[in-house]
Amino acid sequence: MAMSREDILQQVQEILVDALGVDDDEVSLESRLMGDLGAESIDFLDIVFRLEKAFSIKIPREELFPAESLMNNPEFVSNGKLTESGLKEIRERLPHTDLSEFEKDPDLNKLGDLFTVNAIVNFVDNRLNAA
Amino acid sequence: MRWIWIDKFVEFKSGQSAVALKNVTLAEEHLHDHFPGFPVMPECLMIEGMAQTAGILVGEARKFSEKVILAKIRKAVFFDYVKAGDSLMLEAKIESLAPEAASTSGRITRGEKLIAEIDLMFSHVDKNLSGKEFPEENFVFDDTSVFDSLLREVASQPPGPGAAESEQE
Repeated sequence: MAMSREDILQQVQEILVDALGVDDDEVSLESRLMGDLGAESIDFLDIVFRLEKAFSIKIPREELFPAESLMNNPEFVSNGKLTESGLKEIRERLPHTDLSEFEKDPDLNKLGDLFTVNAIVNFVDNRLNAA
Repeated sequence: MRWIWIDKFVEFKSGQSAVALKNVTLAEEHLHDHFPGFPVMPECLMIEGMAQTAGILVGEARKFSEKVILAKIRKAVFFDYVKAGDSLMLEAKIESLAPEAASTSGRITRGEKLIAEIDLMFSHVDKNLSGKEFPEENFVFDDTSVFDSLLREVASQPPGPGAAESEQE
């Protein structure tokens, strides 16, 4: 069943309010899960579990939040920054995320900023509404 | 010694759900101080009891191949005091189970009365913290603990009428 982006956003907001203990007016499309909403690593799994239930989809953890395997691979990371092949990899893995800002300074510490509410909505939208 | 907040399992459906019993008694010394003249079971210990019930359920689902650690309290709401003499039923259900973690939902009841709703998340330590060491007492379950006996007891029970049904599912 096709869902509109507004409906998806509303559900995602509810999930984040429950999972992160934030107020609903704190959750906007631009909110960063870690920087703005205080998410920690276990919260990402919690969010994945809740998304799976709410939208009846199966989400391999790596697909939505692929940071860990990237960070541990020397081919992709050098001196705390993503290498060219690391950037290429993350572009492929996060087709639902806007990387233009991050690419200017691909610092690992900023990787967390990529995980925004918008990225989750895009991900779910692709999953539910891709032909 | 470990503080254990369940007395026995009364039901155990592998990978699905478990029900544990906890009898509260005035022999539990902390009740004398919590609070003086008004002994009630601390809510944090009810959470620990649920973590033990649900943690064993989660660990057993993968035959204890990974160490299970309480990672997050997703929800903990309490509706009534628990006093000495109360018999509590702790019901835990697996909501999601993945290689690196699990989430559970749980209810604590006394007879018909709902006492608490406690939803938890567990992390499978070996999958998440490759090589990092944790003190043994952090684990909800390990095979040398007295928890082992709790589980043996329920595993040795003849299957009830519901058991065959759940196996067919």
